[in-house]
Amino acid sequence: MSGGRAHAGHMVRRIGVFAFFSVVLAFFSLPMLWLATAPFDANPSITVSVPEFTLANFRAILDNPYALGSLGNSVLQAGGAALVVVTLAATAAYALSRVRVPGRDALLYVLLLLSSIVTGTAAMVPIFELATRLNLIDTHLGVILTVSGGLLPAAIFILKDFMDATPTSYEESARVFGAGPVQILLHVAVPLVRPGLATIAVWAVANVWGGFLLQFILIRDPQRAPGSVVLYTLYTEGGQPDLSLLSAFSLLYSLPVVLMYLFVSTRYGFRFHGGIKR
Amino acid sequence: MTSDPSGLGRGGAAALVLPALVLIGVFLVFPALWTIYLGLTDYRLTGLAAADPQVVGPANYLDALGDERFLGSTWLSVQYVLGSAVIGQACLGFAIAWLVRDRRGPLRRVVEGVVLLSWILPGSVVAYLWIALLDRDGGTLNALLNTPGAAWLLDHPMLSLVVFNTWRGTAFSMMLYAAALESVPPSHLETARLAGASAFQQLRDVVLPRIRGHVLTNLLLISLWTFNDFTPFLITAGGPEGASETLPVYVYIVALRDGELGVGAAVSFLILAVNLVFALVYLRLLRARGRDADVPAPARAATRTAA
Repeated sequence: MSGGRAHAGHMVRRIGVFAFFSVVLAFFSLPMLWLATAPFDANPSITVSVPEFTLANFRAILDNPYALGSLGNSVLQAGGAALVVVTLAATAAYALSRVRVPGRDALLYVLLLLSSIVTGTAAMVPIFELATRLNLIDTHLGVILTVSGGLLPAAIFILKDFMDATPTSYEESARVFGAGPVQILLHVAVPLVRPGLATIAVWAVANVWGGFLLQFILIRDPQRAPGSVVLYTLYTEGGQPDLSLLSAFSLLYSLPVVLMYLFVSTRYGFRFHGGIKR
Repeated sequence: MTSDPSGLGRGGAAALVLPALVLIGVFLVFPALWTIYLGLTDYRLTGLAAADPQVVGPANYLDALGDERFLGSTWLSVQYVLGSAVIGQACLGFAIAWLVRDRRGPLRRVVEGVVLLSWILPGSVVAYLWIALLDRDGGTLNALLNTPGAAWLLDHPMLSLVVFNTWRGTAFSMMLYAAALESVPPSHLETARLAGASAFQQLRDVVLPRIRGHVLTNLLLISLWTFNDFTPFLITAGGPEGASETLPVYVYIVALRDGELGVGAAVSFLILAVNLVFALVYLRLLRARGRDADVPAPARAATRTAA
């Protein structure tokens, strides 16, 4: 008797778990279905439907004056920010790791604290003001410098961990053979922390590629606007959005970050990277 | 200097640290401080007060604290944080992590995959996906529920945003809890089960005490991020008539669209103060636990700048 009850309870539990997974799958995939069907539909509508297959929607991207250029702008801004963050964080982290500076740990903590509280939301007013006075409105440089300022503390923090974990004996031998500090940094320290540098670069690119608020505030000229901002104008400006263009462009603009995540997860066994995001 | 294997010396070290510090100083520290000053002025984007702003003292702060629109926005932000982060993301994330914990097959990969995908897609893409899903006339949700003409974003804007952000952010909690649950020895659960503990008792007595640090970390971080989230602007732009105007949207509309920079800066400062409380509690937590394995590495978890 009791064996039968336990068995029935087990079945109910299994069915319950199965139902839960079905609901979770439906909830999470439902909003994304449109992104999978509409770009390939000859007559895309706002409703998800089985597409009448075509690739013509992607031609609409070429016809739009800003769409393709905005992806180029995203590449410039994301690449520029990654370059600035990786370079400055690597040099700073190296120095902080190798030379004892009084108050170093406290400084790092304060900067990390600041970078997590001074968000785009909290600082949009002064950042807009600052960029206006420095003539950085409508420039790629403005976006790159602003974003980098926010990403650097965490980048330094992470890279310092990497630097601390590398043995200093290589550097000591390099010195014996007469290498200068710059040579040691470039040829000894940097190659040892290459995985750390890659992590920071991917993280910075993902941040800038998906970022909206700062770019939206700093860039008014559609010629300079990145993908996130141009996409937003496609569905907010000028009445009924052109769904062929909107769907195809959404997919094309999403693809690089998705591919980057797939690459990182297959290459490095992506499990928990709380940091790699926005 | 014995502790200087690189041969940099203090001067060399300073030269290497300086560029990063300058950038951080100008684009992170200075804006934070300037917010406080701007909040004390009647600065405007255009007009007379733009050319010659006057210091008006704490008037902006006092006005904001007594302003119904500001108080309303604060209440909406509280709903957004409690509803979508604390209840939505944390609970759903834990439920998924708990139920997939000892599965290794394709089901786990597919579930984790879709949850992660909703997290990594760019914000302006997911905003439109939800606008399309919830559209009054052609939205997929109305087609599925057979409720043509239900205007979700107009009639239930906050509920829509809460559900949206639960969808958007559950991945972080799921991953954090999945990592945390790996620290719970299966033998302890087995012992509790054999002793006749129900699933709820196992969770309360065996699991929770071991992952308490993770739970707190998770709640603090997702609350901080949700509080600062600007995506509601892309979906509802604060409408209809301010019914979904959370604080970040309020600041944008008041300061940058309507040009009242002084008032916007005062509200920004209040947001900054709330963020500071969250972050200080988080850092205290980390420090109290030191390098204990129960709390995830600070640099990894703390690094997310809202965009």
